[in-house]
Amino acid sequence: MKQRSRYPFYISVLLLIVTGLGLAGVRHMQLGIPWFAGAKQPVWMVEARIDFEAQGDPVLVSLNVPENPPGFRVLSRQAASPGYGFSLIEDSGDLRAEWSIREADGSQTLYFNVQLTPDDTRDGDIRSTKPQPEPVFWEEPQATAVAEVLERAAAKSASPESMTRELIKLMQSSDPDQNIALLLNNANHVPLLERMLNHAGIPARVADGLKLEDARRLQPLRPFLQIHNGERWLTFHPETGQQGLPDDVLLWRQDSSSLLDVVGGQDSQVTFSMLQQTVPALQLATREGAQTGLGFLSLYELPIEEQGMFRMLLLLPLGALVVAFMRIIVGVRTSGTFMPILIAVAFVQTSLVPGLVAFLSVVAVGLMMRGYLSSLNLLLVSRISALIILVIAITTGFSIIGYQMGFNTGMTVTFFPMVILAWTIERMSILWEEDGPREVMVQGGGSLFVAVLAYLLMDMPLARHLTFNFPELHLVTFGLILLMGQYTGYKLSELRRFRPVKDFG
Amino acid sequence: MSAWISPLRLSRAGILGMNKRNVGYIARYNDRSAYPLVDDKLKTKLLAEDFDIKTPKLHQVVRQQHEIGHFSDMAVDLEGFAIKPSKGSGGKGITVILHRDGDQYVKASGARLPLSYLEHHLSNILAGLYSLGGKPDVALVEDLVRPAALLARYSYQGVPDIRIIVFQGYPVMAMLRLSTKASDGKANLHQGAVGVGLDIGSGWALNAVQFNRPILLHPDTGLPVSDIKIEDWDTMLLMAARCYEATGLGYIGVDLVLDETEGPLLLELNARPGLTIQMANGKGLVPRLRNIESLKRPHLLPEKRVVYAKKTFGQ
Repeated sequence: MKQRSRYPFYISVLLLIVTGLGLAGVRHMQLGIPWFAGAKQPVWMVEARIDFEAQGDPVLVSLNVPENPPGFRVLSRQAASPGYGFSLIEDSGDLRAEWSIREADGSQTLYFNVQLTPDDTRDGDIRSTKPQPEPVFWEEPQATAVAEVLERAAAKSASPESMTRELIKLMQSSDPDQNIALLLNNANHVPLLERMLNHAGIPARVADGLKLEDARRLQPLRPFLQIHNGERWLTFHPETGQQGLPDDVLLWRQDSSSLLDVVGGQDSQVTFSMLQQTVPALQLATREGAQTGLGFLSLYELPIEEQGMFRMLLLLPLGALVVAFMRIIVGVRTSGTFMPILIAVAFVQTSLVPGLVAFLSVVAVGLMMRGYLSSLNLLLVSRISALIILVIAITTGFSIIGYQMGFNTGMTVTFFPMVILAWTIERMSILWEEDGPREVMVQGGGSLFVAVLAYLLMDMPLARHLTFNFPELHLVTFGLILLMGQYTGYKLSELRRFRPVKDFG
Repeated sequence: MSAWISPLRLSRAGILGMNKRNVGYIARYNDRSAYPLVDDKLKTKLLAEDFDIKTPKLHQVVRQQHEIGHFSDMAVDLEGFAIKPSKGSGGKGITVILHRDGDQYVKASGARLPLSYLEHHLSNILAGLYSLGGKPDVALVEDLVRPAALLARYSYQGVPDIRIIVFQGYPVMAMLRLSTKASDGKANLHQGAVGVGLDIGSGWALNAVQFNRPILLHPDTGLPVSDIKIEDWDTMLLMAARCYEATGLGYIGVDLVLDETEGPLLLELNARPGLTIQMANGKGLVPRLRNIESLKRPHLLPEKRVVYAKKTFGQ
C-alpha cells in the first residue's frame, strides 16, 4: 500500500512535453513548416534568357547556374528550349545547364528558370580547405605600381579582410595617386582587384550577382569580389568595400570560370528577368521537406486518401483532452465517457448549427419511437438493432424531406455514426424511465456542451494545422492528459455541490 | 450568500473530493481483482455467507433465457420478493414486489404488473441492460426486506437503508437513506432521497440533507429526523467491519438494512461509494481517513476495530 514516488512520473511527463515541443521546433526550423496555417513566404522566379545566332552547325550551349547560392534555397530548376536536348551537369562543384542540338540556324532563344526562396540558414558554399592563390604575372610599369599599392594597403591592414577593404578604398578614392591611375587606365577595376589580391597571396575570385527586384526585365549580372580568408569565401562589394552580401542579391555564378559557353553560335548574350510571388509557406515546406532530416515524420508522404483520414484522427486527441478536462477539472456529467467526442467529430463534418439541429431532431424522434419499442417487450440486442434501423430510416427521411424543401442541411445527418445515435437514444430512454427527465437534461446537456466545446477546439484552423503538420505535438496532449489523471483537487462543480459545508459547525 | 465555496474552505473542512477519492483511496486501497466480488451481487452474497454476514434469502438465480419460464412456478409460493440484476449499479433494474393480487403483482408504489412484465424485465436483466458495460448478467430473486417498523415510518415507501463507509476495516462514517416521493420510493440520494448522518458511536441521527440541502423534517412523512436512532447498531458496525476481511477492499461502502424479523442484513457492497455522506454528517471524511492511515498498529479483529471507531469517531 505504500505510495510510489511521484518524481519519475512528473519527470517523464515533462520529458514528453519537452520532446513534443522540441521536435516541433526542430521541424519548424529545419523544414520551414510554419506555425500558423496562413503563413506566406516570398518565392523568386528568376529567368535567364540566352540569345545567339546559330550558323547551321551542331550547337552546344552551357550556362553556369546557381547550385547553392548563399541566403537562398533553390526550389526548382527548369529549362524551356524547343528542339534542344537539355541536361543539368554537375562538374566538381560547378553546376551547368547544357543544351544541345544537331543542327540550328538563325537566331535562337533558350530559357532557364530557377525558383528560389530566401532562407537565412543557407550561407552557401563553405569550403574548408584554402585554395591556392592564382599566380599572376605583371609587366612593367604595372608591376612596380601594383607592388607599391599593395604595400600601402598592407601597411594599414592586419587580415585578408581588412587588406581587401583597404585595397577597394584606395581604388575608389576620388583622388587616386598615379600608381592607381596607371593601373585603372589599363583595366576594369574588379578583375584588377582580383588579380592584385591573388598577387598579394589572398585567393580571390569574381562572382556574378543579380539584384532581385520584382518584375524587372533585361537585368545584367553585377560583379562581386570574393576572397578566401582561410576558412570560407567572403563576399565584398567591389565599389563600397562593404563586406557581406546584401539580402536582395542572388549570387548566380560563384565557382565557375565562365558564365556562358556557346559552341556553334555567335553574338551570344544572357539577360535576366525576375518575378516575385507569395506562396503559402506550408506548400513550400511540404514540396521539398520530405527528403531532409525529420521530413519522414511528415504525413504528406501518405496517399491523399489516408491523409484525409489522418486529419480527422489526429484531431481526436484534442477532443479527448477536452473531455478529460471537462470531467476531471470542471466536473460536467456526460452520458457515455467519450460519446461527446464522436458527436464533435460529426459536428466537424456537418458544421455546428445544422449538426446540432440534425442531432437533436434525430434523437427526439428516436426517443418517441423507442417509447413504442419498449412496449413491444423486445430483447435488448434486437431492440438496439431495431433502433439502428429506425435511426437510419429517420436520417433518410430527414435528408429527403430536407432536400425537397431546399435545405441541403438535411443531408448532413448522414455524418453521425448511426450505432452511436442508436445507443444514445437507448441510454437516454432508460435514463428517462429510471431517473426522470431532469437527469436526461443534465447528462444530455452535459454531453452536448462538451461536444460543442470539443468541436470548437477541433474546428479551429490553428488546431487543424498544428495537429496535422506537427503530429509530435500530440506528445504534449498526452502529457497533459496524464497530468490531469493525477489531479486530486476539487472539481469546479464540487465547489457548488459542497456549498452547504459553509453551514457546518 | 454565494452559491459557491472556496476550495480552501472545503479543504479545511476536510471534505473529500471525487478526484481525490478516485486516486487517493479507491485506486490505492481497492485491488481491481476484488471488484467482481462487490460488483456482482451473487458473488457478494455467497462471500458474505462464509463470513457470517447475513443477507436477504435467495430464492432463485435466473441465468438463462429459458429459465425465465420457471420463474412463475417459483413465484407462486412467495408473498413479496425483489428482482435484482446481479451486476446492476446504483439500484438500477431493481423491482420490488410487495404481494400478489390474483394474476397481478403489486409494486411498492401500488402499481400492478402482469407476469409478462416481470418476465420481460428478467430478460432485460439477462441481456445486460442494467449491468456495467452492457455485459450479460444474471437475475436474482430475493426475499423481500420488510424494514423494522420504527425506521419504516420515516420513509415514504421503499426500504430505508444504512450506508457505512469502511476504510481498512474501520467503519468511519455512516448514513441512513430514506426514500421520498421525489425519489420515487428509491433510496437514491441524487434522485431526492433524504440522507441522515449517523453517529458512529451511538447510531443516533446527526444531520439530514435532501438534494444537498440541510433539512429538519422528512418532506413527506413530516417526522423530525433527529429523533432517529438505529437499533442493533453494534451488530451493523461489526457486519460492516467484517466486509473488509471478506473482500480485501480497503475503501468500500457497505449497504445494510434492518429487517423486521431477520435483523441487520447486508444488501450490497460498493467499491466506489459516493461523497454525499459527508453532507449528511456535516463532516469531512479526510480527517477520519487520515486518522486510520496514521495508525501504527491496525487492529486485526473486526470487534476491536469497531470499538476503536466508536471511541474515535463517536460524539
